[in-house]
Amino acid sequence: MPFVRKLAGLVGFLLLWEAAGRLGLVDARVLPPPSEVLVRFGLLFTDRGFVAGAVSTVLSWAIALLCATVLGVGVGLLLGSVPALRLITMPVIEFLRPLPSVALIPLAIALLGTQAQTKIVLGVFAATWPILLNTSYALGEVDPRLLETVRCFRVSRWRRLVGVTLPSIGPFVLTGVRISASIALIAIVGTEFLAGGSIGLGQYAFVQGTSGGRMDVVLAATVFAGLFGCLVNAGFLAVQRRWVSWGSVASSSGEVAA
Amino acid sequence: MSMLEVAGLGHAYGGVDAVSDVSFVVEPGELVCIVGPSGCGKSTLLRCIAGLLPPTRGTVSLHGDRVVGVPSDLAVVFQDYSRSLLPWRTVAGNVEFPLRDRGLSTVERRSRVEEALSWVGLSEAAGKHPFELSGGMQQRVSIARALAYRPALMLMDEPFASVDAQTRADLEDLVLTVRASAGMTVLLVTHDIDESVYLADRVLVLSQSPATVVETLKVDLSSPRDQITTRGTDTFVRLRTEIARQIRR
Amino acid sequence: MRWWVRVAVLLGALVVWQLVSVLAANPYFPPPLRILEAAARLWPSAHFTADVLPSLARVFGGWAAASVVGVAFGVALGRSRALADYFEFVFTFLRTLPPPLLVPVFMLVFGISTEMEVVTIAFGTVWPVLLNAVDGARSVDPVLADTARVFRLSRARWIFGVVLPAAGPKIFAGLRVSLSIALILMVISEVVGATSGIGYQLGTAQGASDLPGMWAWIALISLLGYLLNRGLLAVEHRALAWSRP
Repeated sequence: MPFVRKLAGLVGFLLLWEAAGRLGLVDARVLPPPSEVLVRFGLLFTDRGFVAGAVSTVLSWAIALLCATVLGVGVGLLLGSVPALRLITMPVIEFLRPLPSVALIPLAIALLGTQAQTKIVLGVFAATWPILLNTSYALGEVDPRLLETVRCFRVSRWRRLVGVTLPSIGPFVLTGVRISASIALIAIVGTEFLAGGSIGLGQYAFVQGTSGGRMDVVLAATVFAGLFGCLVNAGFLAVQRRWVSWGSVASSSGEVAA
Repeated sequence: MSMLEVAGLGHAYGGVDAVSDVSFVVEPGELVCIVGPSGCGKSTLLRCIAGLLPPTRGTVSLHGDRVVGVPSDLAVVFQDYSRSLLPWRTVAGNVEFPLRDRGLSTVERRSRVEEALSWVGLSEAAGKHPFELSGGMQQRVSIARALAYRPALMLMDEPFASVDAQTRADLEDLVLTVRASAGMTVLLVTHDIDESVYLADRVLVLSQSPATVVETLKVDLSSPRDQITTRGTDTFVRLRTEIARQIRR
Repeated sequence: MRWWVRVAVLLGALVVWQLVSVLAANPYFPPPLRILEAAARLWPSAHFTADVLPSLARVFGGWAAASVVGVAFGVALGRSRALADYFEFVFTFLRTLPPPLLVPVFMLVFGISTEMEVVTIAFGTVWPVLLNAVDGARSVDPVLADTARVFRLSRARWIFGVVLPAAGPKIFAGLRVSLSIALILMVISEVVGATSGIGYQLGTAQGASDLPGMWAWIALISLLGYLLNRGLLAVEHRALAWSRP
């Protein structure tokens, strides 16, 4: 029954959109109906420019997320366990974190050019914060009674880390990675969007949209990015349920500790 | 006319009976305890009486009117005080909260809040937030909230199951005195045999799930009751033994 | 953390940065004093009314619109299973669309205008608020819901007196995420589709290869982000004082 409703909602949304275009309520050149976008979506995969762009975006995203995870967890663990270090870095982090990565785009382009390394660096910059903060925050949340219990059994330091601390912070870290996954995608696509001459989904949409006025292509590319995002998010949720099911799987949006 | 009349009440969750066939009446001014083993369907019974859950069979009538949905002159005190209070409102705010929709003037609301808080001995804590209070004090706030509402019938669902023994004894005495001064009719559900005997004018003993009333016992203990002497009397001991035997059966 | 520790650490970081950048003498990394010079030249000038204020207005406009819509919709969806089901697939999909990709669409609809920027920001920021509001509204304790029914609360008092406060912590978490997304989208939409604003000036400085100027604008964005975040935290602290035992 819920599934029927969900499907009905989606179909209703598409029908409304289609009708709005067909009846001339909205300009079909501005917002092409879903039937056209779907056909265009299928044709995208025969477009070399799109395929190259999509591959570049997805690869950069994966690399950026991997780097951000290693960096975020590493530094987060360090800051979470050495209070003095946290004391001197937190004020700086507080200023750096709200800085949107896209503000650094002009600088990064001037410095690194319009190649893939630019968007990867900016993706890493944007995606590291949620992971880093979730990790260091989670360290403070490990139940002290649990640690004391384990110490009473004279478990070695190393096994305390691997057997107690890491599993305890696992759910938080994974939530951070999941948030970062979508932030990294926004940062990377945004960078491509602003970096003329680069290869990627963002640049593809920019060129098709602003010089060609091809909204059907722009929307089809957006649909691709959306589906990719959905898949990644669903994948993370599945992993979270499968392997760290002991931690409360944070809200569907996961912005709990963000 | 009886305050509350429950006739042939039954409730089933997905075909499995939780309450099978319960009938009893509560007279105005009475304090009746329903006692039964854990998981026997006491809470389901209480939710049906409160109108929170439509019964599968049978009827509930509050002074003659059949209960459909929550009636307007009924209040419930739940076991989980910490979850039934609004954490963002002060003690006085919590007590006053349900009065707003009753069309009372500001002055009337304020005087009712003050009166209810003084009954439970929390006048001093009126401006505090629930998280600043102990569990026993929080439960007193939810009792005050129910009193200020001035219901014809007050339902209490295991109200003292989540507090420590000393607090529990204090709260039991509080219910007895408050009920005397407010002239309230109370129906209290508990799994504690001693508590039911100590508090009640009458005890209804429920069977294992699905619940039915297996025995009704009149508690002929004198008032006011006292935690030490009342519990030592022969009548008290006889009644608790009798109930324990009924529950074991 | 004490405020003077914070200030001391920040000053220390600035001194280190100054020393390192002077020693390195790399044109891409001007020393902070040069950036400060550029900032003193740019920030208080005509740019303040022509660029900084419009940018702030766009961020606030888009973010406020998104917050109102997100909270209203989120609470409705959170309290109605059926409604939530109908919108589930559509919203799950819409929220994963990277908002920068939609800038061309909004540009075609609204042209190069403030509306375009506000709509872009609103579209990108509405999802975290909405999803958190749904979560928060759903998380109202069942015992509290029973209590509200027993006391026969009116619908308005149930929503405003119980559901909204209960969802408060989640909603604020969503607002914080939205705020950082709002800044990202402000910059992107202003760089490509505006003739004023901090993002536009950043792009102009880039075109003129004015590196200290670029850094000054970046620093301003960082400062604004910091201040907005602090402000929101202060509001949250007051509004949610009850939730901290």
